[in-house]
Amino acid sequence: MNTAAVPGLVAVVLVTLVTLAIGTWGLRFSRTTSDFFVASRTVRPALNASAIGGEYLSAASFLGIAGLLLVGGADMLWYPVGWTAGYLVLLVLVAAPLRRSGAYTLPDFAEARLGSRAVRAACSLLVVGIGWLYLIPQFEGAGLTLRTAIGAPEWAGPVVVGGVVLANVTSGGMRSVTFVQAFQYWLKLTALLVPVAVLLVVWWGDGRPHARAGADGWSVPVAGDGGIGLYTTYSLIAALFLGTMGLPHVVVRFYTNPDGRAARRTTVVVLALLGLFYLWPPVYAALGRVYAGRLVAEGRSDVLVLELPRLMLDGLGGDLLTGLVTAGAFAAFLSTSSGLAIAVSGVLTQDVTTRLVGEQRGGVAAFRLAAVVAVVIPLVGALLVRNVGVAQSVGLAFAVAASTFCPLLVLGIWWRRLTDAGALAGLAAGGLGAGGAAIATLAGYSPGGWAGALLGQPAAWSVPLAVLVMVGVSLATAGREPAHARRFLVRLHTPEVLGAGPG
Amino acid sequence: MTERVRVTGPPRHPAAGRPASRLGDVHEQTALGDVYLRSLLREQLGLAVRVLGLLAATLGIVPLVFHLAPGLADAQPLGIPLPWLLLGVLAHPFLLLLAWRYVRRAERNERAFADLVHGDNADNADSPETS
Repeated sequence: MNTAAVPGLVAVVLVTLVTLAIGTWGLRFSRTTSDFFVASRTVRPALNASAIGGEYLSAASFLGIAGLLLVGGADMLWYPVGWTAGYLVLLVLVAAPLRRSGAYTLPDFAEARLGSRAVRAACSLLVVGIGWLYLIPQFEGAGLTLRTAIGAPEWAGPVVVGGVVLANVTSGGMRSVTFVQAFQYWLKLTALLVPVAVLLVVWWGDGRPHARAGADGWSVPVAGDGGIGLYTTYSLIAALFLGTMGLPHVVVRFYTNPDGRAARRTTVVVLALLGLFYLWPPVYAALGRVYAGRLVAEGRSDVLVLELPRLMLDGLGGDLLTGLVTAGAFAAFLSTSSGLAIAVSGVLTQDVTTRLVGEQRGGVAAFRLAAVVAVVIPLVGALLVRNVGVAQSVGLAFAVAASTFCPLLVLGIWWRRLTDAGALAGLAAGGLGAGGAAIATLAGYSPGGWAGALLGQPAAWSVPLAVLVMVGVSLATAGREPAHARRFLVRLHTPEVLGAGPG
Repeated sequence: MTERVRVTGPPRHPAAGRPASRLGDVHEQTALGDVYLRSLLREQLGLAVRVLGLLAATLGIVPLVFHLAPGLADAQPLGIPLPWLLLGVLAHPFLLLLAWRYVRRAERNERAFADLVHGDNADNADSPETS
């Protein structure tokens, strides 16, 4: 370790300490099981939106996008646009009804809507699967960051992040994590905004040098040429726009709102916060085009945000800015991992560990045991499986979510005739289709041409497939329509002022 | 002879046997409740579909436009390449505007539904001549 590692090390230690301190402070408010799962449903829109922003902006947003834009150019802009637009789709289709359903988790919603233990089990399996698919790249990114920033061995990042997340989640559950994540949104925004402002001044002082533009298709927002490029772009758009509502750590947040109206207002504030954040990674990429050509040549574009300050600025200034972006990146891993761990733990608690621990020991003990399982398994996965690729793995998690929970939620909320058999068949079709394509891609199987495009970006065919199967089987099994379906829909769509809400 | 008249205040509880609101209709699956819920569902779903349609007709056609006319990518209004200006900057305030308008309309629909079900004129609204 040398002196260049000092700012990064200080940043990581500070973020860890502050995260633990806020989590411990939030502990004073956590008493009941409801606090642990959904912060007793009392989080106001401004705080909740900051927490959602903090949780949602993962390693892929903080580090990945700038690197992707640097290498891939304008077609990668669909990632930030899609991650934001996903919240708009979620807002108009599911936000308020989902909150009014009164369920704790996605499997709760499915069981309440369809009255079927089998659908519940399928949903639990999917939540855990998607959660782990999303957690592994977070842990990997942590390893990458710590190696780049302080030269730590690759296992150190995952272990540190996993340990801090576990400490926070098991001590205070959702209540304390809400405060931690709200803080981490503003930390991430600061850590992106301040360096970019300084670097823009440096760039201006250098006489505003320009990279040659346009010649290599860097400015064309379509991936590649011809029909395959167009398909890949639209399939990515479908996965991102529709997948957000199906991510377990996103959905669980909506249950922390006081009511459906607050759920909607929270989502609007989230859109504003995400837009504010996503304005800046393209600026890093544009500056990287001018100053960081070396990173592209070495295939290390993922660390662009971490290295750009030192490439443009010598001495103390570069060190301070490096410390700041390292802090932001570390906050990104911690907050997203915490949110995912909470969501997966919530499901594991309800469906697995409560039975193991026994009712008399209480829900909190079961939640803590579930959190250990939820963090340790993907942690081991991240240590065993290397180099999956942060953005690719996250993109596949979106595709699976878009092909399973998106049809289930949208049809469950808006279509009375959905049956348990239809839901199961649709989840199986979408899950096996998109999940199979994801596993094939992660295993390194990539035929060229159309077959490769269909496997690498499955959403454009797997989402319609899941919807068709769900609708078709539901219509064929119309006799199984749950008797309470109408009453349930009334509750989902009735404004709280009428007193028809849960409880 | 003057008759005795009992003097009372306004009733403290709604008269028994008559529902205070139409919410009962919505819950109890009566034909009337069915009509109310269908109308709210249709309004809200129509609103959602309109917002998503607008999203598809604006952001959604960007890849197609640039696929058909790749030369557009070289345009540089304000010194920023057009795709970067559209997707990197303008897309975010546009999404926020769509969301804000959606929330206003959705809350207005819910207020209208609440007035219909819960309205002060719930008693005489049953008679057809008042409508």
